[in-house]
Amino acid sequence: MDVIRETWLVFRHNVRILLRQKVGILFGVMQPLLYLVLFGPLFATIGTWETLVPGLLVQVSLLSAGMAGFGIVFDLRSGVLERLRVTPAHRVALLLGRVLGSSLILLIQSVLLIALGYAFGLRAPLPGVLAGLAIMALLGVSLAALSNAIALTLDPDLFAPVVSTVVVPLILLSGAFLPMSMAPAWLDAVSRATPFRHVVEAVRDLFAGHYATAAVGVGVGVALALSAVCVAVGTRVFNRANA
Amino acid sequence: MIRTSGLRKTFPGGVEAVRGVDLAVEAGEIVGFLGPNGAGKTTTMRMLTTLLRPSGGTAVVAGHDLLADPRSVRRRIGYVSQGGGVSPGVPVKEELELHAALYGARPAEARGRIRELLDRFELTGLETRPGAALSGGQRRRFDLVFGLVHAPALLFLDEPTTGLDPQSRAHLWDHIRRLREEEGLTVFLTTHYLEEADTLADRLFIIDHGVIVAEGTPAELKGGGGTLDDVFLSITGRSLRDDALGAPGDPSAPGDPSGAGGVPGGPGAEAPDRPAAPADRADRADRNDMAETTAAGARRAADGER
Ligand SMILES: Nc1ncnc2c1ncn2[C@@H]1O[C@H](COP(=O)(O)OP(=O)(O)OP(=O)(O)O)[C@@H](O)[C@H]1O
Ligand SMILES: [Mg+2]
Repeated sequence: MDVIRETWLVFRHNVRILLRQKVGILFGVMQPLLYLVLFGPLFATIGTWETLVPGLLVQVSLLSAGMAGFGIVFDLRSGVLERLRVTPAHRVALLLGRVLGSSLILLIQSVLLIALGYAFGLRAPLPGVLAGLAIMALLGVSLAALSNAIALTLDPDLFAPVVSTVVVPLILLSGAFLPMSMAPAWLDAVSRATPFRHVVEAVRDLFAGHYATAAVGVGVGVALALSAVCVAVGTRVFNRANA
Repeated sequence: MIRTSGLRKTFPGGVEAVRGVDLAVEAGEIVGFLGPNGAGKTTTMRMLTTLLRPSGGTAVVAGHDLLADPRSVRRRIGYVSQGGGVSPGVPVKEELELHAALYGARPAEARGRIRELLDRFELTGLETRPGAALSGGQRRRFDLVFGLVHAPALLFLDEPTTGLDPQSRAHLWDHIRRLREEEGLTVFLTTHYLEEADTLADRLFIIDHGVIVAEGTPAELKGGGGTLDDVFLSITGRSLRDDALGAPGDPSAPGDPSGAGGVPGGPGAEAPDRPAAPADRADRADRNDMAETTAAGARRAADGER
Protein backbone atom coordinates (compact mmCIF):
# COMPACT_ATOMS: atom_id res chain seq x y z
CA MET A 1 0.00 0.00 0.00
CA ASP A 2 2.69 2.39 1.03
CA VAL A 3 4.60 1.55 -2.11
CA ILE A 4 1.70 2.57 -4.30
CA ARG A 5 1.11 5.78 -2.41
CA GLU A 6 4.79 6.69 -2.51
CA THR A 7 5.05 5.85 -6.19
CA TRP A 8 2.06 8.06 -6.88
CA LEU A 9 3.57 10.95 -4.90
CA VAL A 10 6.89 10.76 -6.71
CA PHE A 11 5.13 10.30 -10.05
CA ARG A 12 2.93 13.34 -9.56
CA HIS A 13 5.87 15.44 -8.49
CA ASN A 14 7.97 14.40 -11.46
CA VAL A 15 5.19 14.82 -13.97
CA ARG A 16 4.63 18.34 -12.73
CA ILE A 17 8.29 19.09 -13.29
CA LEU A 18 8.44 17.37 -16.67
CA LEU A 19 5.29 19.01 -18.00
CA ARG A 20 6.79 22.39 -17.29
CA GLN A 21 9.46 21.66 -19.86
CA LYS A 22 7.21 21.88 -22.89
CA VAL A 23 10.04 22.69 -25.25
CA GLY A 24 11.92 19.65 -23.99
CA ILE A 25 8.94 17.41 -24.66
CA LEU A 26 8.65 18.74 -28.18
CA PHE A 27 12.36 18.38 -28.87
CA GLY A 28 12.31 14.83 -27.60
CA VAL A 29 9.93 13.91 -30.39
CA MET A 30 11.34 16.31 -32.99
CA GLN A 31 13.61 13.85 -34.73
CA PRO A 32 10.89 11.22 -35.39
CA LEU A 33 8.53 14.02 -36.43
CA LEU A 34 11.06 15.15 -38.99
CA TYR A 35 11.43 11.60 -40.24
CA LEU A 36 7.70 11.44 -40.58
CA VAL A 37 7.55 14.64 -42.60
CA LEU A 38 10.70 14.36 -44.67
CA PHE A 39 11.11 10.60 -45.02
CA GLY A 40 7.53 9.38 -44.64
CA PRO A 41 6.26 10.50 -48.05
CA LEU A 42 9.22 8.76 -49.66
CA PHE A 43 8.67 5.59 -47.64
CA ALA A 44 4.97 5.65 -48.50
CA THR A 45 5.81 5.08 -52.14
CA ILE A 46 7.11 1.59 -51.32
CA GLY A 47 5.43 0.87 -47.97
CA THR A 48 2.57 2.00 -45.76
CA TRP A 49 2.23 4.58 -43.01
CA GLU A 50 1.09 1.76 -40.75
CA THR A 51 4.54 0.21 -41.20
CA LEU A 52 6.52 3.40 -40.75
CA VAL A 53 4.84 5.00 -37.75
CA PRO A 54 5.41 2.04 -35.35
CA GLY A 55 9.09 2.25 -36.23
CA LEU A 56 9.13 5.96 -35.46
CA LEU A 57 7.39 5.23 -32.17
CA VAL A 58 10.19 2.94 -31.13
CA GLN A 59 12.64 5.60 -32.26
CA VAL A 60 11.02 8.20 -30.02
CA SER A 61 10.95 5.75 -27.11
CA LEU A 62 14.70 5.29 -27.34
CA LEU A 63 15.38 8.99 -27.82
CA SER A 64 13.00 10.17 -25.11
CA ALA A 65 12.76 7.55 -22.35
CA GLY A 66 16.27 6.37 -23.14
CA MET A 67 17.54 9.79 -22.11
CA ALA A 68 15.52 9.92 -18.89
CA GLY A 69 18.70 9.29 -16.91
CA PHE A 70 19.71 12.89 -17.47
CA GLY A 71 17.22 13.95 -14.85
CA ILE A 72 18.68 11.71 -12.22
CA VAL A 73 22.22 12.90 -12.89
CA PHE A 74 20.93 16.36 -12.14
CA ASP A 75 19.31 15.24 -8.89
CA LEU A 76 22.41 13.36 -7.91
CA ARG A 77 24.52 16.46 -8.35
CA SER A 78 22.20 18.79 -6.50
CA GLY A 79 21.90 16.44 -3.53
CA VAL A 80 18.17 15.96 -4.13
CA LEU A 81 18.56 12.24 -4.66
CA GLU A 82 20.40 11.77 -1.42
CA ARG A 83 17.76 13.77 0.40
CA LEU A 84 15.07 11.49 -1.01
CA ARG A 85 17.06 8.41 -0.13
CA VAL A 86 17.01 9.38 3.54
CA THR A 87 13.22 9.34 3.59
CA PRO A 88 11.54 6.04 4.46
CA ALA A 89 10.04 5.78 0.97
CA HIS A 90 10.56 2.41 -0.69
CA ARG A 91 13.46 2.52 -3.12
CA VAL A 92 11.32 0.98 -5.82
CA ALA A 93 8.78 3.78 -5.38
CA LEU A 94 11.47 6.45 -5.73
CA LEU A 95 12.53 4.86 -8.99
CA LEU A 96 9.15 3.83 -10.33
CA GLY A 97 7.51 7.21 -9.70
CA ARG A 98 10.21 8.83 -11.77
CA VAL A 99 10.14 6.21 -14.48
CA LEU A 100 6.36 6.34 -14.82
CA GLY A 101 6.65 10.09 -15.23
CA SER A 102 9.06 9.61 -18.12
CA SER A 103 6.73 7.01 -19.56
CA LEU A 104 3.81 9.43 -19.48
CA ILE A 105 5.87 11.99 -21.35
CA LEU A 106 6.69 9.33 -23.93
CA LEU A 107 2.97 8.65 -24.34
CA ILE A 108 2.31 12.32 -24.97
CA GLN A 109 5.05 12.35 -27.58
CA SER A 110 3.68 9.17 -29.15
CA VAL A 111 0.23 10.68 -29.44
CA LEU A 112 1.75 13.73 -31.13
CA LEU A 113 3.54 11.51 -33.59
CA ILE A 114 0.46 9.41 -34.33
CA ALA A 115 -1.67 12.52 -34.77
CA LEU A 116 0.75 13.95 -37.29
CA GLY A 117 0.85 10.53 -38.94
CA TYR A 118 -2.91 10.72 -39.36
CA ALA A 119 -2.55 14.05 -41.10
CA PHE A 120 -0.23 12.37 -43.59
CA GLY A 121 -2.30 9.28 -44.22
CA LEU A 122 -1.91 6.85 -41.35
CA ARG A 123 -5.14 4.86 -40.96
CA ALA A 124 -4.72 2.60 -37.95
CA PRO A 125 -7.85 1.40 -36.11
CA LEU A 126 -8.39 2.89 -32.66
CA PRO A 127 -8.08 -0.38 -30.70
CA GLY A 128 -4.80 -1.02 -32.49
CA VAL A 129 -3.53 2.45 -31.64
CA LEU A 130 -4.52 2.08 -27.99
CA ALA A 131 -2.89 -1.32 -27.72
CA GLY A 132 0.20 0.14 -29.41
CA LEU A 133 0.28 2.95 -26.86
CA ALA A 134 0.05 0.44 -24.03
CA ILE A 135 3.12 -1.30 -25.39
CA MET A 136 4.85 2.08 -25.68
CA ALA A 137 4.08 2.76 -22.03
CA LEU A 138 5.80 -0.50 -21.07
CA LEU A 139 8.72 0.36 -23.31
CA GLY A 140 8.90 3.78 -21.70
CA VAL A 141 9.08 2.24 -18.23
CA SER A 142 11.79 -0.19 -19.35
CA LEU A 143 13.96 2.33 -21.09
CA ALA A 144 13.61 5.01 -18.44
CA ALA A 145 14.49 2.52 -15.69
CA LEU A 146 17.47 1.30 -17.65
CA SER A 147 18.55 4.84 -18.45
CA ASN A 148 18.40 5.79 -14.77
CA ALA A 149 20.41 2.72 -13.86
CA ILE A 150 23.05 3.56 -16.45
CA ALA A 151 23.16 7.17 -15.32
CA LEU A 152 23.77 6.10 -11.73
CA THR A 153 26.42 3.58 -12.68
CA LEU A 154 28.39 5.37 -15.34
CA ASP A 155 30.59 8.39 -14.95
CA PRO A 156 28.03 11.15 -15.50
CA ASP A 157 30.21 12.74 -18.15
CA LEU A 158 29.99 9.57 -20.19
CA PHE A 159 26.24 9.20 -19.94
CA ALA A 160 25.23 11.35 -22.90
CA PRO A 161 27.86 10.12 -25.38
CA VAL A 162 27.42 6.47 -24.43
CA VAL A 163 23.65 6.45 -24.49
CA SER A 164 23.33 8.42 -27.71
CA THR A 165 25.83 6.07 -29.35
CA VAL A 166 23.99 2.97 -28.20
CA VAL A 167 20.61 4.31 -29.24
CA VAL A 168 21.39 4.67 -32.95
CA PRO A 169 22.26 1.03 -33.70
CA LEU A 170 19.28 -0.08 -31.61
CA ILE A 171 16.97 2.06 -33.73
CA LEU A 172 18.48 0.72 -36.94
CA LEU A 173 18.37 -2.87 -35.71
CA SER A 174 14.72 -2.56 -34.72
CA GLY A 175 13.85 -2.22 -38.38
CA ALA A 176 12.25 1.10 -37.66
CA PHE A 177 12.91 2.58 -41.09
CA LEU A 178 12.70 -0.47 -43.32
CA PRO A 179 11.27 -3.88 -42.41
CA MET A 180 14.00 -6.28 -41.37
CA SER A 181 12.53 -8.96 -43.59
CA MET A 182 14.39 -7.17 -46.39
CA ALA A 183 17.71 -7.54 -44.58
CA PRO A 184 20.46 -10.12 -45.20
CA ALA A 185 20.21 -13.13 -42.91
CA TRP A 186 22.95 -12.12 -40.49
CA LEU A 187 21.49 -8.64 -39.95
CA ASP A 188 18.06 -10.15 -39.49
CA ALA A 189 19.49 -12.50 -36.85
CA VAL A 190 21.20 -9.69 -34.94
CA SER A 191 18.02 -7.68 -35.10
CA ARG A 192 16.02 -10.53 -33.60
CA ALA A 193 18.31 -10.50 -30.62
CA THR A 194 17.17 -6.99 -29.70
CA PRO A 195 13.85 -6.49 -27.95
CA PHE A 196 12.90 -3.49 -30.07
CA ARG A 197 12.59 -5.54 -33.24
CA HIS A 198 9.81 -7.56 -31.63
CA VAL A 199 8.09 -4.50 -30.28
CA VAL A 200 8.08 -2.80 -33.69
CA GLU A 201 6.61 -5.88 -35.34
CA ALA A 202 3.90 -6.21 -32.73
CA VAL A 203 2.87 -2.57 -33.08
CA ARG A 204 2.90 -2.91 -36.88
CA ASP A 205 0.43 -5.78 -36.64
CA LEU A 206 -1.72 -3.82 -34.21
CA PHE A 207 -1.72 -0.77 -36.48
CA ALA A 208 -2.72 -2.98 -39.39
CA GLY A 209 -5.67 -4.25 -37.38
CA HIS A 210 -4.24 -7.75 -36.82
CA TYR A 211 -4.59 -8.33 -33.11
CA ALA A 212 -4.25 -12.06 -32.53
CA THR A 213 -0.95 -12.72 -34.23
CA ALA A 214 2.20 -14.41 -33.05
CA ALA A 215 4.11 -11.17 -33.49
CA VAL A 216 1.73 -9.37 -31.14
CA GLY A 217 2.10 -12.13 -28.56
CA VAL A 218 5.87 -12.06 -28.76
CA GLY A 219 6.01 -8.25 -28.73
CA VAL A 220 3.80 -7.96 -25.66
CA GLY A 221 5.74 -10.71 -23.91
CA VAL A 222 9.05 -9.03 -24.70
CA ALA A 223 7.79 -5.63 -23.52
CA LEU A 224 6.48 -7.09 -20.26
CA ALA A 225 9.63 -9.06 -19.56
CA LEU A 226 11.84 -6.12 -20.47
CA SER A 227 10.06 -3.78 -18.09
CA ALA A 228 10.21 -6.30 -15.25
CA VAL A 229 13.93 -6.83 -15.75
CA CYS A 230 14.73 -3.14 -16.16
CA VAL A 231 12.78 -2.07 -13.09
CA ALA A 232 14.46 -4.80 -11.05
CA VAL A 233 17.90 -3.75 -12.24
CA GLY A 234 17.07 -0.09 -11.77
CA THR A 235 15.89 -0.63 -8.20
CA ARG A 236 19.02 -2.57 -7.38
CA VAL A 237 21.25 0.15 -8.70
CA PHE A 238 19.15 2.81 -7.04
CA ASN A 239 19.43 1.02 -3.75
CA ARG A 240 23.17 0.89 -3.93
CA ALA A 241 23.75 4.23 -5.59
CA ASN A 242 26.42 6.14 -3.81
CA ALA A 243 26.90 3.43 -1.24
CA MET B 1 19.64 7.02 20.47
CA ILE B 2 22.85 6.10 18.69
CA ARG B 3 25.06 3.21 19.63
CA THR B 4 27.79 2.07 17.30
CA SER B 5 30.45 -0.51 17.71
CA GLY B 6 33.50 -0.80 15.54
CA LEU B 7 31.89 1.09 12.68
CA ARG B 8 34.17 1.08 9.66
CA LYS B 9 34.14 2.27 6.09
CA THR B 10 36.74 1.52 3.49
CA PHE B 11 35.94 3.04 0.13
CA PRO B 12 36.60 1.16 -3.07
CA GLY B 13 40.13 2.17 -3.90
CA GLY B 14 41.24 1.55 -0.36
CA VAL B 15 40.62 4.82 1.47
CA GLU B 16 39.95 3.88 5.07
CA ALA B 17 37.70 6.80 5.89
CA VAL B 18 36.33 5.43 9.17
CA ARG B 19 38.35 2.88 11.10
CA GLY B 20 36.35 1.56 14.00
CA VAL B 21 34.13 4.14 15.63
CA ASP B 22 32.29 3.54 18.90
CA LEU B 23 29.68 6.15 19.72
CA ALA B 24 26.95 6.39 22.30
CA VAL B 25 24.46 9.22 22.16
CA GLU B 26 21.55 9.36 24.60
CA ALA B 27 18.05 10.58 23.84
CA GLY B 28 17.70 14.33 24.21
CA GLU B 29 21.40 15.04 23.91
CA ILE B 30 22.99 17.53 21.58
CA VAL B 31 26.26 16.01 20.55
CA GLY B 32 28.96 17.68 18.52
CA PHE B 33 31.17 15.72 16.17
CA LEU B 34 34.41 17.54 15.52
CA GLY B 35 37.40 16.78 13.41
CA PRO B 36 39.61 18.25 10.72
CA ASN B 37 38.73 18.02 7.04
CA GLY B 38 38.75 14.46 5.81
CA ALA B 39 38.61 13.00 9.32
CA GLY B 40 35.59 10.87 8.51
CA LYS B 41 32.68 12.92 9.90
CA THR B 42 30.52 12.94 6.81
CA THR B 43 31.28 9.30 6.10
CA THR B 44 30.21 8.35 9.61
CA MET B 45 27.01 10.36 9.27
CA ARG B 46 26.19 8.87 5.91
CA MET B 47 26.53 5.41 7.41
CA LEU B 48 24.34 6.31 10.37
CA THR B 49 21.67 7.74 8.07
CA THR B 50 21.55 4.53 5.98
CA LEU B 51 23.06 6.16 2.90
CA LEU B 52 26.32 4.31 2.99
CA ARG B 53 26.80 0.67 3.80
CA PRO B 54 29.39 0.18 6.54
CA SER B 55 32.31 -2.09 5.71
CA GLY B 56 32.16 -3.41 9.24
CA GLY B 57 30.76 -2.90 12.70
CA THR B 58 27.24 -2.54 13.97
CA ALA B 59 24.97 0.33 14.89
CA VAL B 60 21.60 0.90 16.46
CA VAL B 61 20.11 4.22 15.45
CA ALA B 62 16.89 5.63 16.85
CA GLY B 63 16.02 2.26 18.31
CA HIS B 64 16.53 0.17 15.19
CA ASP B 65 19.35 -1.84 13.79
CA LEU B 66 20.99 0.08 10.98
CA LEU B 67 21.58 -2.90 8.74
CA ALA B 68 18.59 -5.06 9.57
CA ASP B 69 15.92 -2.39 9.52
CA PRO B 70 17.04 0.75 7.70
CA ARG B 71 13.49 1.78 6.88
CA SER B 72 12.54 2.10 10.53
CA VAL B 73 15.71 4.09 11.12
CA ARG B 74 14.85 6.42 8.26
CA ARG B 75 11.38 7.00 9.61
CA ARG B 76 12.72 8.46 12.84
CA ILE B 77 15.68 10.50 11.67
CA GLY B 78 16.28 13.70 9.80
CA TYR B 79 19.47 14.48 7.92
CA VAL B 80 20.87 17.72 6.61
CA SER B 81 23.79 16.83 4.39
CA GLN B 82 26.92 18.89 4.11
CA GLY B 83 26.16 19.86 0.53
CA GLY B 84 22.43 20.30 0.94
CA GLY B 85 19.65 19.05 -1.28
CA VAL B 86 17.63 21.95 -2.62
CA SER B 87 16.76 21.44 -6.26
CA PRO B 88 17.93 24.35 -8.39
CA GLY B 89 15.07 24.09 -10.85
CA VAL B 90 12.00 23.27 -8.78
CA PRO B 91 10.05 25.58 -6.48
CA VAL B 92 11.17 24.59 -2.99
CA LYS B 93 7.58 24.37 -1.81
CA GLU B 94 6.85 21.48 -4.16
CA GLU B 95 9.91 19.63 -2.97
CA LEU B 96 9.00 20.27 0.65
CA GLU B 97 5.49 18.96 0.19
CA LEU B 98 6.77 15.81 -1.50
CA HIS B 99 9.38 15.37 1.17
CA ALA B 100 6.85 15.63 3.98
CA ALA B 101 4.39 13.36 2.18
CA LEU B 102 7.02 10.66 1.81
CA TYR B 103 7.15 10.55 5.60
CA GLY B 104 3.43 9.90 5.57
CA ALA B 105 2.34 13.39 6.56
CA ARG B 106 -1.13 14.42 5.47
CA PRO B 107 -1.15 17.46 3.17
CA ALA B 108 -2.81 19.84 5.62
CA GLU B 109 -0.59 18.72 8.46
CA ALA B 110 2.50 19.06 6.26
CA ARG B 111 1.53 22.52 5.11
CA GLY B 112 1.07 23.65 8.69
CA ARG B 113 4.45 22.34 9.73
CA ILE B 114 6.12 23.82 6.66
CA ARG B 115 4.56 27.20 7.32
CA GLU B 116 5.77 27.15 10.89
CA LEU B 117 9.32 26.24 9.91
CA LEU B 118 9.47 28.79 7.11
CA ASP B 119 8.40 31.38 9.58
CA ARG B 120 10.98 30.31 12.11
CA PHE B 121 13.81 30.44 9.61
CA GLU B 122 12.54 33.65 8.03
CA LEU B 123 11.94 32.04 4.69
CA THR B 124 8.27 32.83 4.25
CA GLY B 125 7.61 34.03 0.72
CA LEU B 126 10.75 32.46 -0.68
CA GLU B 127 9.30 28.96 -0.91
CA THR B 128 7.80 29.54 -4.33
CA ARG B 129 11.25 30.11 -5.80
CA PRO B 130 13.45 27.42 -7.25
CA GLY B 131 16.73 26.81 -5.45
CA ALA B 132 18.73 28.59 -8.14
CA ALA B 133 16.94 31.82 -7.27
CA LEU B 134 17.95 31.72 -3.60
CA SER B 135 21.08 32.89 -1.83
CA GLY B 136 23.42 30.31 -0.37
CA GLY B 137 22.33 31.01 3.17
CA GLN B 138 18.67 30.87 2.22
CA ARG B 139 19.24 27.54 0.56
CA ARG B 140 21.02 26.32 3.66
CA ARG B 141 18.08 27.31 5.81
CA PHE B 142 15.76 25.44 3.48
CA ASP B 143 17.99 22.41 3.96
CA LEU B 144 17.24 22.68 7.65
CA VAL B 145 13.53 22.87 6.96
CA PHE B 146 13.80 19.66 4.94
CA GLY B 147 15.55 18.01 7.85
CA LEU B 148 12.92 19.09 10.35
CA VAL B 149 9.68 18.97 8.41
CA HIS B 150 8.69 15.50 9.60
CA ALA B 151 9.51 16.18 13.25
CA PRO B 152 12.26 13.56 13.56
CA ALA B 153 13.32 12.14 16.91
CA LEU B 154 16.97 12.26 15.93
CA LEU B 155 18.50 14.90 13.73
CA PHE B 156 21.82 14.63 11.92
CA LEU B 157 23.31 17.92 10.86
CA ASP B 158 26.47 18.01 8.77
CA GLU B 159 27.92 21.49 9.16
CA PRO B 160 24.46 23.04 9.36
CA THR B 161 25.54 26.60 9.97
CA THR B 162 28.26 26.90 7.38
CA GLY B 163 27.36 29.79 5.15
CA LEU B 164 24.84 31.23 7.59
CA ASP B 165 25.13 34.73 8.92
CA PRO B 166 25.50 35.06 12.70
CA GLN B 167 21.86 35.85 13.17
CA SER B 168 20.62 32.82 11.26
CA ARG B 169 23.12 30.75 13.14
CA ALA B 170 21.76 31.96 16.44
CA HIS B 171 18.24 31.23 15.22
CA LEU B 172 19.16 27.68 14.44
CA TRP B 173 20.73 27.19 17.83
CA ASP B 174 17.64 28.58 19.52
CA HIS B 175 15.45 26.37 17.44
CA ILE B 176 17.45 23.27 18.19
CA ARG B 177 17.46 23.98 21.90
CA ARG B 178 13.74 24.57 21.83
CA LEU B 179 13.01 21.37 19.96
CA ARG B 180 15.09 19.49 22.44
CA GLU B 181 13.14 21.03 25.29
CA GLU B 182 9.71 20.62 23.77
CA GLU B 183 10.01 17.41 21.81
CA GLY B 184 13.04 15.73 23.30
CA LEU B 185 14.89 15.98 20.00
CA THR B 186 18.32 14.39 19.88
CA VAL B 187 20.90 16.13 17.72
CA PHE B 188 24.15 14.86 16.29
CA LEU B 189 26.01 17.59 14.45
CA THR B 190 29.36 18.31 12.91
CA THR B 191 30.76 21.76 13.00
CA HIS B 192 33.95 23.65 12.47
CA TYR B 193 32.80 26.49 14.68
CA LEU B 194 34.31 26.68 18.10
CA GLU B 195 31.42 28.57 19.59
CA GLU B 196 28.87 26.16 18.23
CA ALA B 197 30.68 23.23 19.73
CA ASP B 198 31.23 24.97 23.02
CA THR B 199 27.83 26.46 23.71
CA LEU B 200 25.40 24.29 21.80
CA ALA B 201 26.72 20.80 22.40
CA ASP B 202 26.30 18.92 25.65
CA ARG B 203 28.99 16.52 24.66
CA LEU B 204 31.66 16.27 22.00
CA PHE B 205 33.38 13.55 20.07
CA ILE B 206 36.58 14.40 18.28
CA ILE B 207 37.47 12.23 15.32
CA ASP B 208 40.75 12.21 13.45
CA HIS B 209 41.95 9.87 10.71
CA GLY B 210 38.79 7.84 11.10
CA VAL B 211 39.02 7.12 14.82
CA ILE B 212 37.57 8.85 17.87
CA VAL B 213 40.46 10.51 19.65
CA ALA B 214 38.62 12.33 22.43
CA GLU B 215 35.22 12.45 24.02
CA GLY B 216 33.55 14.42 26.78
CA THR B 217 31.62 17.53 27.71
CA PRO B 218 33.18 20.76 26.54
CA ALA B 219 34.14 21.45 30.14
CA GLU B 220 35.73 18.04 30.60
CA LEU B 221 37.70 18.39 27.42
CA LYS B 222 38.94 21.79 28.39
CA GLY B 223 40.07 20.42 31.74
CA GLY B 224 41.24 23.12 34.10
CA GLY B 225 42.30 25.91 31.81
CA GLY B 226 42.60 26.45 28.12
CA THR B 227 40.00 26.67 25.41
CA LEU B 228 38.39 24.01 23.33
CA ASP B 229 40.58 25.16 20.52
CA ASP B 230 43.73 24.39 22.50
CA VAL B 231 42.41 20.89 23.09
CA PHE B 232 41.51 20.44 19.47
CA LEU B 233 44.85 21.81 18.37
CA SER B 234 46.80 19.56 20.66
CA ILE B 235 44.89 16.47 19.60
CA THR B 236 44.58 16.99 15.88
CA GLY B 237 47.27 19.51 15.12
CA ARG B 238 44.73 21.91 13.67
CA SER B 239 42.90 24.92 14.93
CA LEU B 240 39.18 25.49 15.22
CA ARG B 241 39.44 29.22 15.59
CA ASP B 242 37.90 31.37 12.91
CA ASP B 243 40.79 33.75 12.89
CA ALA B 244 43.25 30.94 12.42
CA LEU B 245 42.22 30.50 8.84
CA GLY B 246 42.51 32.35 5.60
CA ALA B 247 39.75 34.80 4.88
CA PRO B 248 36.61 32.93 5.90
CA GLY B 249 34.55 34.72 3.31
CA ASP B 250 36.84 33.88 0.45
CA PRO B 251 34.72 31.91 -1.97
CA SER B 252 37.75 30.57 -3.77
CA ALA B 253 39.15 28.96 -0.65
CA PRO B 254 39.97 25.51 -1.91
CA GLY B 255 40.10 23.82 1.42
CA ASP B 256 36.65 22.47 1.84
CA PRO B 257 35.70 19.63 -0.47
CA SER B 258 35.26 16.47 1.48
CA GLY B 259 38.57 15.85 -0.06
CA ALA B 260 37.95 12.74 -2.07
CA GLY B 261 41.22 11.09 -2.76
CA GLY B 262 43.05 13.42 -0.45
CA VAL B 263 45.08 12.35 2.48
CA PRO B 264 43.19 13.24 5.63
CA GLY B 265 44.52 16.53 6.72
CA GLY B 266 46.59 16.79 3.58
CA PRO B 267 47.13 19.88 1.50
CA GLY B 268 44.00 21.77 0.75
CA ALA B 269 42.60 20.83 4.11
CA GLU B 270 43.82 24.05 5.61
CA ALA B 271 40.66 26.03 6.11
CA PRO B 272 38.27 24.43 8.53
CA ASP B 273 35.73 27.04 7.64
CA ARG B 274 33.71 26.81 4.49
CA PRO B 275 33.35 29.87 2.32
CA ALA B 276 30.47 31.99 3.48
CA ALA B 277 29.44 32.36 -0.10
CA PRO B 278 27.52 29.37 -1.39
CA ALA B 279 29.35 26.98 -3.58
CA ASP B 280 27.85 26.90 -7.01
CA ARG B 281 26.07 23.86 -8.30
CA ALA B 282 28.94 22.27 -10.11
CA ASP B 283 31.12 22.76 -7.10
CA ARG B 284 28.52 21.15 -4.88
CA ALA B 285 28.39 18.26 -7.24
CA ASP B 286 32.08 17.64 -7.02
CA ARG B 287 32.01 17.99 -3.31
CA ASN B 288 29.26 15.53 -2.80
CA ASP B 289 27.93 12.94 -5.02
CA MET B 290 30.00 12.74 -8.09
CA ALA B 291 33.20 12.44 -6.20
CA GLU B 292 31.72 9.63 -4.23
CA THR B 293 30.19 7.77 -7.09
CA THR B 294 32.99 7.33 -9.49
CA ALA B 295 36.69 7.15 -9.50
CA ALA B 296 36.79 9.69 -12.28
CA GLY B 297 34.68 12.01 -10.20
CA ALA B 298 37.03 11.54 -7.32
CA ARG B 299 39.92 12.38 -9.54
CA ARG B 300 38.17 15.50 -10.72
CA ALA B 301 37.49 16.60 -7.20
CA ALA B 302 41.08 15.97 -6.29
CA ASP B 303 42.21 18.01 -9.27
CA GLY B 304 39.93 20.77 -8.17
CA GLU B 305 41.71 20.86 -4.88
CA ARG B 306 45.09 21.55 -6.28
N1 LIG C 1 33.41 8.10 -2.17
C1 LIG C 1 34.64 8.17 -1.65
N2 LIG C 1 35.62 7.45 -2.21
C2 LIG C 1 36.86 7.49 -1.71
N3 LIG C 1 37.22 8.22 -0.65
C3 LIG C 1 36.29 8.95 -0.05
C4 LIG C 1 34.94 8.99 -0.52
N4 LIG C 1 34.23 9.83 0.28
C5 LIG C 1 35.10 10.30 1.19
N5 LIG C 1 36.33 9.79 1.00
C6 LIG C 1 37.52 10.02 1.83
O1 LIG C 1 37.22 9.62 3.14
C7 LIG C 1 37.84 10.48 4.07
C8 LIG C 1 36.79 11.03 5.02
O2 LIG C 1 35.93 11.89 4.31
P1 LIG C 1 34.72 12.65 5.02
O3 LIG C 1 33.92 13.28 3.94
O4 LIG C 1 34.04 11.70 5.91
O5 LIG C 1 35.49 13.75 5.86
P2 LIG C 1 34.89 14.89 6.81
O6 LIG C 1 35.39 14.62 8.17
O7 LIG C 1 33.45 15.01 6.61
O8 LIG C 1 35.64 16.18 6.25
P3 LIG C 1 35.13 17.70 6.02
O9 LIG C 1 35.38 18.44 7.27
O10 LIG C 1 36.03 18.18 4.93
O11 LIG C 1 33.71 17.66 5.61
C9 LIG C 1 38.55 11.54 3.26
O12 LIG C 1 39.91 11.16 3.18
C10 LIG C 1 37.89 11.46 1.91
O13 LIG C 1 38.81 11.82 0.92
MG1 LIG D 1 32.23 16.43 5.86
